[in-house]
Amino acid sequence: MDNLIGRYRNVTLLVAILFAQVLGLAVQVKRNNENESSRLIRIWTVGAITPLEKGIVHLQAGTNGLWRNYLFLRGVRQENRELKAQIEQLRLEQVRLKEDAEQARRLQLLLGFKEQFISKTMPAQVIGSSGSEQSRSVYIDKGSRDALEKDMPVISADGVVGKILRVFGSTSQVLLINDQSSGVGTILEQSRLQGVLRGSPTGEVMLEKIMNDEQVQLGERVLTSGGDQIFPKGLLVGTVSKSGRGKESFLDIHVKPSANLSRLEEVLVITRREEKSPNTAVVPLRALDILTQRLPSVPDKPAVAPGKSQPGAGSLATAATPNASAPAVVKTPVPAGGEIKPASSPAQAAKPSIVQTSTSGQVGKTAPAVQKTEPAAKKKSSSETPAKPQQVEADPEPSPSTEKPQ
Amino acid sequence: MPITYTSREQIEVYRFRAPVAILVPLLALFLQAFIPLRVSFFSIFDLPLLIVIFFALARRSQLSGLLTGAVIGILQDALTGKPIGVYGISKTVVGYGASSLGVKLDVENAGSRFLVTLGFYIVHEIVYFAVARGLVGQTLKWSWSHEFGAAFANAVFAVVLFAFLDRFKQRT
Repeated sequence: MDNLIGRYRNVTLLVAILFAQVLGLAVQVKRNNENESSRLIRIWTVGAITPLEKGIVHLQAGTNGLWRNYLFLRGVRQENRELKAQIEQLRLEQVRLKEDAEQARRLQLLLGFKEQFISKTMPAQVIGSSGSEQSRSVYIDKGSRDALEKDMPVISADGVVGKILRVFGSTSQVLLINDQSSGVGTILEQSRLQGVLRGSPTGEVMLEKIMNDEQVQLGERVLTSGGDQIFPKGLLVGTVSKSGRGKESFLDIHVKPSANLSRLEEVLVITRREEKSPNTAVVPLRALDILTQRLPSVPDKPAVAPGKSQPGAGSLATAATPNASAPAVVKTPVPAGGEIKPASSPAQAAKPSIVQTSTSGQVGKTAPAVQKTEPAAKKKSSSETPAKPQQVEADPEPSPSTEKPQ
Repeated sequence: MPITYTSREQIEVYRFRAPVAILVPLLALFLQAFIPLRVSFFSIFDLPLLIVIFFALARRSQLSGLLTGAVIGILQDALTGKPIGVYGISKTVVGYGASSLGVKLDVENAGSRFLVTLGFYIVHEIVYFAVARGLVGQTLKWSWSHEFGAAFANAVFAVVLFAFLDRFKQRT
């Protein structure tokens, strides 16, 4: 036996080494988390390779900076003039966008949406790649010492780049969106179709899980949907470059990434996100603003004598229904657990109002419990012909229980 | 073609200094990871594979060849996001094969180097795809035209690279 092994020593060793590697592969695949079993090898290799990459990249950046900032200043004056003109244009655009943003915030508030804000990012320099056509990932010069963590989204000025796959001491590996194993929840900007963005074996980016019977326009922008719980909603991913019928019942959609994934230099890692409702402190005022805008005929709120204020007096219902000739249907937010009582005073009884309340405090988010001030309305209806009720809906989605304006 | 059978007496076995044996593979890994960021088409080359072939052919030792292939392959795996061992297995096979061939054939001239590299690149890709598909479950797309194009490019590059690396050879 020893003779046999000695005779075929090299072949035996070859088989042994191959077997060991196959075994190692099987363990990694079965665990589906190679971080523990092979982390040491990765740390050593990355530790040996990336310092050199980092040094060269920083040296290159320094040289470029010196050249661009101090030596090569040709055309700077012209560029400065152009930039100033551009600033003027952007200022004008900013005013318009600010108005739009305010309106969007108000609407989001009324719908009870919570926005996700990118509250903190960390700039990083791309220092290396995986060096393999089968693995599309890059290394950046920030790691766990800079508080980076696995699965943090990585973006560039142009769009989404990928997510952090592994974190080392001073470097991190970023899985690009064109890798086969990546997946990004996306939505098409115009058609609002949702799908999953994946890389193909050839490095193309494909949008999957969109049914064959849907229409997708070429050039349509693809944004993150936020459904993957990694990328914030609304980031630009790319544009549809090709669309056709695919296998099974899904469309075969090719996406051109907006970020140039083959020539990445600087990226931003989103290190913190916040989820909050926009300006919740001014909820009643904003709703009132909207009501005021939509009810130009409603006069100013009458002065209420001290001590006569009713429950919910500060709410929109009382503010918007002072006119007996124009009873209004108003949805109004009240504190959780609160309720709007029927009008009890004669003055209020003479002013029929139909009030919809939401116990959630957020109009439109939950199905509002409709409370009509029926006692007052009934008393009045016997003696007067009520005018056509005006309805003011703070909720853009009409509820089945809401009375429509006539 | 300039591939000729060589008797064992005629075969020259080379060795390398330790710094060369360590730094050249590391430099190849570094360049493989660094250059494609600046020159994207460079990813078609597989510098670590060429280094494995060069060392295996020069040392003409099967044991040395398969160990060199295994180590360089595993290091290359460590830089990718994939499980470690896919490149390791394919380069182990190539290292063993190239050293076995080096024992029997004269692979010192440009023509034989070109053909040997061309052949072993294809072997490497076949083993890689088999392992990646069969064991890891990756979905890879095989394209003969792409593989032959890449093999040709690597073979041409190998001729130049091997001529440069010949300077570091030392006769035993």
